[in-house]
Amino acid sequence: MTDNTNMDQARQAWAQEYATQVSPKDRRVNRSGIEIDPLYTPEDGATDAYMNSLGFPGQEPRTRGIYASMHRGRVWSQRQLIGLATPQQYNERMHEIVNAGATALSMIPCNSVYRGYDIDEVDSLLLGTCGTTINTVEDMAVCLDGISQAEMSVSLNDPLPFTLLALVLANARRQNVPFTAVSGTSNQSDYISHFVANHMFLRLSLEGSRRVLTDHIIYANRHLPKWNPVSVVGQHMQQAGATPAQAMGFALSTAIQFADDCQAKGMEPDDYLPKFTFFFDISISFFEEIAKFRAGRRMWSRIARDRLGAKDPRSQRFKFHAQTSGVDLTRQHPLNNIARVATQAIAGIFGGLQSMHSDAYDEVLSTPTKEAAKIAVATQNILREEAHLCDVIDPLGGSYYVETLTDQMEGQIQETMDRVAEAGGMFAAVRAGLVQKMIGESAQEFQRKVDSGEQKIVGVNAFIDQEDGLRTTALERPDSKLIDEQLKRFKDYKEARSAVRLNRALDAISRAAGDESENIFGEIVAAAEAGATHGEICARVRRDLGFGQPLIAA
Amino acid sequence: MESAQLVDAVGNLSRRMGRRPKVMITKIGLDGHDRGSRLVAGFFRDAGMEVIYTAPWQEIGHVVNQALEEDVDAIGVSSLATDHLLVPKLMTALRDADMADVVVVVGGIVPDEDEAMLKGVGVSEIFHPGTSREHIVSGITNLISEKWVVGEGDRDD
Repeated sequence: MTDNTNMDQARQAWAQEYATQVSPKDRRVNRSGIEIDPLYTPEDGATDAYMNSLGFPGQEPRTRGIYASMHRGRVWSQRQLIGLATPQQYNERMHEIVNAGATALSMIPCNSVYRGYDIDEVDSLLLGTCGTTINTVEDMAVCLDGISQAEMSVSLNDPLPFTLLALVLANARRQNVPFTAVSGTSNQSDYISHFVANHMFLRLSLEGSRRVLTDHIIYANRHLPKWNPVSVVGQHMQQAGATPAQAMGFALSTAIQFADDCQAKGMEPDDYLPKFTFFFDISISFFEEIAKFRAGRRMWSRIARDRLGAKDPRSQRFKFHAQTSGVDLTRQHPLNNIARVATQAIAGIFGGLQSMHSDAYDEVLSTPTKEAAKIAVATQNILREEAHLCDVIDPLGGSYYVETLTDQMEGQIQETMDRVAEAGGMFAAVRAGLVQKMIGESAQEFQRKVDSGEQKIVGVNAFIDQEDGLRTTALERPDSKLIDEQLKRFKDYKEARSAVRLNRALDAISRAAGDESENIFGEIVAAAEAGATHGEICARVRRDLGFGQPLIAA
Repeated sequence: MESAQLVDAVGNLSRRMGRRPKVMITKIGLDGHDRGSRLVAGFFRDAGMEVIYTAPWQEIGHVVNQALEEDVDAIGVSSLATDHLLVPKLMTALRDADMADVVVVVGGIVPDEDEAMLKGVGVSEIFHPGTSREHIVSGITNLISEKWVVGEGDRDD
């Protein structure tokens, strides 16, 4: 009691002195609308509260980490996105990045691939400007040449119906690598985030997507023990304007939706939950991001156990990849973005991520150049090796500010989830446009703060320096000769196939599309093995299950 | 310029034109990032313009037809992932449809190296990331205003 009285007195004295120095009108509110106090202090009964809300790393409720040792025991994977023009160029760049220290691969296809087309179906001016033109099993073989598929984990930016994975598996079969040895992640499996936010990846109708994703999870469960079939994406929604709290709330609601859909197909939670992964944005709102990750980790641990019925502790692990936010980067004085990316990366590390992509500083000017991509990798190496950010688990745990903010973010995240649940769950909420509306409002609110100068952005609306510091490296564009050669190779590939075998395989996809008891993804893999191209598979699945169209409203 | 001043500027232009200026916001090509296009559509609408907003991935022919049908004064093309490379084809198609008087602007990620190329084919302005609401709205208002003075006598309406 005496201690409490002393603490009360000390608090009052502090408050009086604070008031002489700072106006009471000075209010600070973060992007999620939470008011930020100038000081945070401990509550009574600290021991029980600690065990209930924080606990030890790897134990309930996992606020401080999903593993006992976290980065002290195993550093995060460096997963830089690579996508450049032709498969040969991808292969060269990949070897450079692996030599520079990358420990896992990432594959970014060309925009034509994202839209579900082969390279002969779109304007050739756009080919290879944003990613690699991968259409066939031979393209995949060239991309991965020199890397053992049994040893290197591959993260594929591969929306439904997962044609790149089908090509990876067809290539593995050719090389006699068993499917059970293929490891990696289907990085763009969250069709809900594509319907809502990143429309470029939306290939199939909402209902068709639901069917294909569930079959994909079931297939991976049966045949691909080292593959993570689900990456729930909060990143797209935050990039589109959702606050960090909303983005986490939408992602957790989406994960619940996917789990419910698996359950409806008769799967047990501990069969699929250990392979759920998440993917988030890391904005420059430093402490807010750290609190977002800590709160999300704690909530998922409880949701998996209480709401989804997991018994296996591995099902409760909130494994996530995160990418530094491109939206926060500025065109003005682009080298300043190196500082922004480093700050975002630190927030991700303190937030306890398992894998990270740090953006190149010139992303806001063009598709990243080689030099800028190397700086992004070096940034992670510096933070790990020079700043020793891996030495301590959850280094901000126990900080009055961070713990309070973690609880408050949890409250906001829960509020978002409640709104989604009231609308009938994530699938129903996005079909009705509720999530899109909430994101649009948040984007406008943030823009209003930038317009009014309430949110300062250095070099844009504050500290404007007329002396321009524009890019320092030359733009890279695909060589049209290489693209023409690729188009020729593609034509030859198609002509050399057995038409009978190809059509039989595509028809098998159609049959599976019409029969819920069959696994459509199994037929997609079989079609890739029969020589079908990415575009042919997408066209067939779209014909049978519907073309994806987002809700359009400005 | 404050929001109220933007509304006044658009109001003045509307009085001169006898109707509200009409802007089409669209995306051609393959990219689907639409945070920017939605926000900018809101800027124009808030300032008092009429806005035609399309889904992403429009065919160039479709954009031209819709622009003709709606008789728009300006077209804003949003591009975050190299679709701006198709804009020269859009400009040719507009000219072929006798619509060279429509103001065309591009917003989004456009490398410096491509800016001169776009200006060379008749794009009036390129709005890069971080451009303020005032700059974008007053920029379009002025561009439409200039074209209206020059082209007024030639138009039926």
